[in-house]
Amino acid sequence: MDKNSDAASKRADAYWKANIRLLCALMTVWFLVSFGAGILFRPFLDQFMIGGLPLGFWFAQQGSIYVFIVLIFFYSWRMKRLERKFDLDD
Amino acid sequence: MTTQTLIYIFVGLSFALYIGIAIWSRAGSTREFYVAGGGVHPVVNGMATAADWMSAASFISMAGLIAFLGYDGSVYLMGWTGGYVMLALLLAPYLRKFGEFTVPDFIGTRFYSKAARTVAVICLIFISFTYIAGQMRGVGIVFSRFLDVEVEIGVVIGMAIVFVYAVLGGMKGITYTQVAQYCVMIFAYLVPAIFISLLITGNPVPQLGLGSVVNDGSGLTVLQKLDESLQMMGFGAYTQGSKSAVDVFCITAALMVGTAGLPHVIVRFFTVPKASDARRSAGWALVFIALLYTTAPAVAAFARINFNDSVHQTAYQDAPAWFTNWEANNLIAWQDKNGDGVMQVASGDAFEGAPEYLEQTGPSGERLLANAPGAGSDNEVYVDRDIMVLANPEIANLPGWVIALVAAGGLAAALSTAAGLLLVISAAVSHDLLKSTFRPEISEKGELRAARLAASAAIIVAGFLGIYPPGWVAQVVAFAFGLAAASLFPAIFMGIFTKSMNREGAIAGMVSGLAFTFLYIAYFKLWAPQANVAANWLLGISPEGIGIIGMLINFSVAIIVAKFTPPPPQEVGQLVEMIRVPRGARQAREH
Repeated sequence: MDKNSDAASKRADAYWKANIRLLCALMTVWFLVSFGAGILFRPFLDQFMIGGLPLGFWFAQQGSIYVFIVLIFFYSWRMKRLERKFDLDD
Repeated sequence: MTTQTLIYIFVGLSFALYIGIAIWSRAGSTREFYVAGGGVHPVVNGMATAADWMSAASFISMAGLIAFLGYDGSVYLMGWTGGYVMLALLLAPYLRKFGEFTVPDFIGTRFYSKAARTVAVICLIFISFTYIAGQMRGVGIVFSRFLDVEVEIGVVIGMAIVFVYAVLGGMKGITYTQVAQYCVMIFAYLVPAIFISLLITGNPVPQLGLGSVVNDGSGLTVLQKLDESLQMMGFGAYTQGSKSAVDVFCITAALMVGTAGLPHVIVRFFTVPKASDARRSAGWALVFIALLYTTAPAVAAFARINFNDSVHQTAYQDAPAWFTNWEANNLIAWQDKNGDGVMQVASGDAFEGAPEYLEQTGPSGERLLANAPGAGSDNEVYVDRDIMVLANPEIANLPGWVIALVAAGGLAAALSTAAGLLLVISAAVSHDLLKSTFRPEISEKGELRAARLAASAAIIVAGFLGIYPPGWVAQVVAFAFGLAAASLFPAIFMGIFTKSMNREGAIAGMVSGLAFTFLYIAYFKLWAPQANVAANWLLGISPEGIGIIGMLINFSVAIIVAKFTPPPPQEVGQLVEMIRVPRGARQAREH
């Protein structure tokens, strides 16, 4: 019994660490497309064009939103896999 | 059929639909009333969340704001969508696993304190009432312009509709009406956008139309044309904006974190069956929201082009019908400063403040104003940003049924958000204050009755705010997001991601973040509005963006206080471990 719950809590710890790593990576992308491309690097990116729009402006008003959607579904998919791997899925 | 008849038919049909759904989905238990029984499909919940979230501000005001702000309007686009990434990754699945009914439930349990719960309830009620006042104003505008009834009667009708489905159906009724309202709203937003995109660029997809070449033979793209004509009129370029990068950064961040901390949005994720469903559901919510949010910047740019073309350098006598219609509704004004009978649009304010109309008309037939003409600006036209989306179909000469659709869509947006807000207010009163704090022995039936009573009372207060809008309402919408960012978000976040955060730290953090943000916004918006200029701001951050500093203060104070006070009891560590793993959400809700 003790052995079992010990193993279970080890699995939960490993799962949580993997989750935090994934979160850090995805939140970095989140920050880069919005605050990075849409605000801080916009003046630089605006010299390039995408679909008739300056690139920085496009990130601020269109692109960042598309990336946000992809981020959430990617996270959802990876977490499902992690949960199966650690046998913690709901 | 006249446009007026069509508007009555469209609005009447949509109202009948909402009430029909409410009767079909009545709530029988507190669990159904607070979280719709916890069995809503993630895609359905995503759609309901989108309607819950997209308020009168998103539907009616946002594109108009962007049209006049240009690049600076990006703060709303990124801020109000990026928050969903934080919600899906950092909060929603864990709160769902926790498995209770409200946000104060979580804060009160995690920080083992009735005081923490009460602080959370106060934040929640303040945020929600600020927000709801804006919805009722939206209902009032739509009714008075499109249905030709007094604002007061319009608000009362709106209240009656929300009363029926929020009080009867609770979260269950609200969820399914919100799905219907989303469909009405998105259809009403996309149809005119597609028409206008076709008219201006020949491209039926507004998102692509934004980057296309304008149909007028000039060979310029939409943004090039806007930049050129605005600069000729003395404005800054549309693609540049005028806010500082620091301010744009902070406003975007405050809106994102605020979105993630808004109680009426968070509580929607309590209604899905599993923790993993909460993640997926947030993704779907953002898909449905993005449909409107990626269309809005296109609508904004098209509206500005149409507005310039049809108003600037046009004689008032030749002014289009929509111009005089909205003038009659007090939302447009023209002051013929140079006495030439022709309307000039330029940068700067036509006059100070909102128009005060005299009961007289001028030589061209315009309504005369009591306002002193604005010094140092040639601008003669005042236009309330809120009318751009509503007037768009008329400006572009679209058929009557499109105008009727937009009226129904605006009402759907305002009512769906109002209902969601009313529900979190009533749950906070009946569940957090009554059941959990003052009268724990109350029966389930009694609690359900109290929830319905609280919802009714909240509707009446909201109605009063709509009929007698206090002048400060429009000024303090920044409160809702700033306070959510500075109070609720950090407390929930630390509750999930640290085991060591204790009661003392969480309360001290919430109170200090809240107090700082409240005082900063109140100082610049209420006590000393004349001082509200960039030179006086802390680090150049406007009241709209200060919530992010409030959040940092909350985190710092909480961490320092927690270091010097006793650690949380052992059960809290187990609770945190429980919410971090998804397994067991179904079982947890059986007990």
